[in-house]
Amino acid sequence: MDKKKLNQSIKKSFKGLINIIPIFIAILLLVSIITVLIPKSFYQEMFSGNIYSDSIIGSLMGSLLLGNPLTSYVLGDTFLQNNVSIIAVTSFIVSWTTVGIIQVPAESLLLGKSFAIYRNIIAFIFAIIVAFTTNLILYLF
Amino acid sequence: MKKKNGKWIFLIVVSIIYLATYFIFNDKFGLITNMFLDLVIKIIPIFIVVFLLMVLINYFIDNKTIKKTMADKSSKKLWLISIVSGIISMGPIYIWYPIMKELLDKGLKYRYIAVFLYNRGIKLQLLPMLILYFGIKYSITLMIVMAIYSIPQAIIVEKLSTKYKKN
Repeated sequence: MDKKKLNQSIKKSFKGLINIIPIFIAILLLVSIITVLIPKSFYQEMFSGNIYSDSIIGSLMGSLLLGNPLTSYVLGDTFLQNNVSIIAVTSFIVSWTTVGIIQVPAESLLLGKSFAIYRNIIAFIFAIIVAFTTNLILYLF
Repeated sequence: MKKKNGKWIFLIVVSIIYLATYFIFNDKFGLITNMFLDLVIKIIPIFIVVFLLMVLINYFIDNKTIKKTMADKSSKKLWLISIVSGIISMGPIYIWYPIMKELLDKGLKYRYIAVFLYNRGIKLQLLPMLILYFGIKYSITLMIVMAIYSIPQAIIVEKLSTKYKKN
């Protein structure tokens, strides 16, 4: 093992992590504020009963929220019990983990503005496509 | 310079919002603070793993290695590595940004970053819970569909990102 190279790698990695600490603190603060201030019942009241608009609403809600994906399963299950369509629930749980509107500023700073914006927009659209495809497959087979 | 200031501006803006909650939602301020501290504690072990991974990447992967692999335009190996590593990766998405930046700086294409980030949506470690809530057929179908769609998604993201950059 090349000790000099290892030391350089440690230094570079440490510097890289220290640089992004302000972004991490900001994201964690933002997640805490939003999670505490917006009640869960608010999201449930958003659905209209139309599978097309509900899938968009589901994807939008998943995009806005952050946290452990397990929370999205619990919320998704609650939505299902309240007659929200499985397509809307699927787009909700998919966008929860693939889209992060709140993280866009951090993603822009580290990976580039155009990449961050387009990645989130496309992932938002794909959450709806994935939801329709998954449920079409389940319906057919 | 702008990028260096960006992170501090972002932190200052969020800190102002946080302090404002003390005056506007005084009863919730304690809950917000507790949740923030809880998240910080939870994220520390992942931070250590990320640091070790960054050291390994910096040690073993250099610009030449990436460029050499990239030379094969239809690099199936890179697609597979990006998908699998996305699926098995843990922790919140933003913890992976520094590693992705590191790889991007070394010449990795946007499509592999996009496919990795998308496949992070597939949570293998949470599969039992997904099955518990939605059933095995639904869970497996959803995971396969997500993994397949992650490829066209990544190609579109790369095309749009590079087009936007050129304009």
